Amino acid sequence: MFRLEARTSTPGWFNLALPLLAIGATLVLCSGLIALAGAGVIEAYGVMFSASLGDSYAITETLVRATPMIFTGLAVAVAFRAKFWNIGAEGQLLAGAVASCAVGAIPMPGPLAMLLMALAGAAAGAAVALVPATLRVKFRVDDVVSSLLLNSVIFYGLMALIEGPWKDSFSGYPISPPIEDSANFPVLLEGTRLHLGVVAAFLAAPVIWFLIARTTLGFRIRVVGENPEAARYGGIHVERVLISTALLSGALAGLAGVGEVGGVHFQVMSDISPGYGYSGIVVAMLARLNPLGVVPAALFLAAVMTGAEAMSRATGVPAFLSDVIQGTALLAMLVALLFTAYRVRRVGAAR
Amino acid sequence: MPAPLIEMRGISKSFGAVMANEAVDLSVAPGEILGLLGENGAGKTTLMNVLFGAYAPDAGEILVQGRPATINSSADALAAGIGMVHQHFHLAPRLSVLENLLIGIPGKSGRIDRAGGRARLNEIGRQHGLTLDPDLPVSALSIGEQQRLEIVKALFRGARLLILDEPTAVLAPTEVDGLFSALRSMAAQGLGIIFISHKLNEVRALTHRCVVLRHGRVTGRVDAPASTTSSEMARLMCGHEIVPPARGPSTPGEAVLTLDGISTSRHSGMALRDVSLSVRAGEILGIAGVAGNGQRALAEVISGIRAPDAGRLTIAGKMVSRFSPREVQALGLGRIPEDRMTTGLVTNLPLADSMVLPRIGTDAFSRNGLLRPDAIRAFAEAQIKAYDIRCPGPMTRAGALSGGNLQKALLARELAFDPKVLIVSQPTRGLDIGAARFIHEKFLDMRARGCGIIVLGEDLEELLMLCDRIAVIYEGRIVGTLDSADATIARLGLMMTGAEGHS
Repeated sequence: MFRLEARTSTPGWFNLALPLLAIGATLVLCSGLIALAGAGVIEAYGVMFSASLGDSYAITETLVRATPMIFTGLAVAVAFRAKFWNIGAEGQLLAGAVASCAVGAIPMPGPLAMLLMALAGAAAGAAVALVPATLRVKFRVDDVVSSLLLNSVIFYGLMALIEGPWKDSFSGYPISPPIEDSANFPVLLEGTRLHLGVVAAFLAAPVIWFLIARTTLGFRIRVVGENPEAARYGGIHVERVLISTALLSGALAGLAGVGEVGGVHFQVMSDISPGYGYSGIVVAMLARLNPLGVVPAALFLAAVMTGAEAMSRATGVPAFLSDVIQGTALLAMLVALLFTAYRVRRVGAAR
Repeated sequence: MPAPLIEMRGISKSFGAVMANEAVDLSVAPGEILGLLGENGAGKTTLMNVLFGAYAPDAGEILVQGRPATINSSADALAAGIGMVHQHFHLAPRLSVLENLLIGIPGKSGRIDRAGGRARLNEIGRQHGLTLDPDLPVSALSIGEQQRLEIVKALFRGARLLILDEPTAVLAPTEVDGLFSALRSMAAQGLGIIFISHKLNEVRALTHRCVVLRHGRVTGRVDAPASTTSSEMARLMCGHEIVPPARGPSTPGEAVLTLDGISTSRHSGMALRDVSLSVRAGEILGIAGVAGNGQRALAEVISGIRAPDAGRLTIAGKMVSRFSPREVQALGLGRIPEDRMTTGLVTNLPLADSMVLPRIGTDAFSRNGLLRPDAIRAFAEAQIKAYDIRCPGPMTRAGALSGGNLQKALLARELAFDPKVLIVSQPTRGLDIGAARFIHEKFLDMRARGCGIIVLGEDLEELLMLCDRIAVIYEGRIVGTLDSADATIARLGLMMTGAEGHS
């Protein structure tokens, strides 16, 4: 018989071992589904791997996919550190996309357009995140529910926009007019989609890490998240910190939308995000809310997503497996987190 | 002597390199109240967790009524007739007393037997003076009543041995008397009781026999606690004599903190009604009172957590206007909270973070919004050394420290900035003698250096030893203030029940 016993301390190498353990468990668990779909497990994972990381083009595609999830992963990691339960990164991303698209459609010099797109997208994401944060601070409304439900509000707002005023009058498709060519983010490698936003995402992670670990705001975010009462007695304005956190989190999620508009799609349509906001939660959890861990976690999910499509074409396993892997990875990580607080002991064997 | 209800033989348990228990023998006979004494970290709680099935011992065996038993879970422990009342209660606040009692009890054919539960509750209540209203939600119960419910729960589940882990730490003096008479009544009916406490006078008054633990080993057995002196027991616990610190004469200076006609609304707990008090530099003022008589509101107002509806608060000659923790701190107020874990420290973050928390925005620990990690670390390390805080280092999770070490850390963080006035609630609750002694000495040091100190507490012996004057709070009012030379436990006790003081 086994049972759990409380730990007094958590070894440091757990930060690396637990996500790897969770990923390993996920791949093992999902192999059953692949077999059920009638494909060879090794072959399927092989195709996934080569299509996502097998050559330099595949790698750039994975990097492009990872970019919005790095931003949403950072958004969620920052919010969860303060125990502001922002499940609304998806809506904040969409708001950021809409705002940056609107700005990008205005003719102006390219660099200025890109800067203003980023600012507008960040501001829009922050404004959306401010809603659940304000509701929580002022009226004690549960932020999980309000931020989650706001996603639908924003999504249908976007739909109303592209079915209405922004609708392409020429083709009749529900897609927005494209942004100006000069506002398209520069491509870094000829023949790929590797755009400037990818670099921005990779730079954002250490910046956010620095903010959390080395600034007074980061200190306050951590303390408010762990013990708001002690924070309040210690002279920290808890409500103000929660609002600041929400603004920062929403701005990061908004930037995910900016990157998709400026670097990938150059316009807004209904499926601009295949759930990058929700994937951000998985990313942040796999990263154990560490901003530096967000990058590898986002790369893992991006590789799964790009790989799953190729696997689907090659083996006939539905591409939905990508979603299953994501969900399983989140559950596996949540289970793995148990081992930071508890150890498994064998009991009864002595007798 | 009857066969023991329970016998632990050669119990050893280690956590990593730390031996929490080493070859401990212990037994309890029916009708016996056994005291389990020891300083924090001596291994009392670990031993009881082994008995209750939370930890598996590395070596040794447990005998229940003479037969070897394997106790791997609390369910096993309950089946063996062992009940435990933890320091922190395990109750569902929204459910009623009766519902809490019936949680986990299989009813008749899948239905909860409310009527039967009600009858048993009343019966147990009558037998031992543990009466409770079955229909009140637990959230409406006082701490003492919640504890009563935990005891009743254990009896309801058929416990014949009851373990109480520092039950009096959360009780007012009057509630302690009620608890003791219930425990005596239970023992008289043949139940065995293990009573864990730091308070030697309680152990002497209640128990029939004592086992003393130090560093995980049994270092003493006392067969007649009532006729053994407290200092003898303290010596067994600490390994050396404990001399209470002497409070020398002092010459108080100007008032450093004055409350003038402070009243609050009834926000949470008892409101304050027209409270006027003052503490002078170099003076220790005690506020005695049964918990729940306005101490919380008083501490909250002085700490700047809540603004009063009327009245003025002056700290070091300046009137407090905005009532924020930062404002009162800037005026020179230091604060040692009653509840270390909830309002003092951040248990999941490094100890260093908790130690700099109230002053993180000052130049000492940050510049232009950027932390100074080296300064933070150096400060924490210096305080750990100066106050002999036992921990692996400043980056240790604060929650991993013992209560005494946490209290030292809180003291260190306030005293490092030379407060003009210090407000302290229950300064030594849950601490062992050695740690309490250390805290008392620090207060007397601060007094000698001209700091004014307010001590809110229920432990009258402690107040009489520390304080120059003692004010008594009752139903949100100060009913009187005595010079400690004129104060006696009896007189203060009477005032705490609302009888007017004459001073």
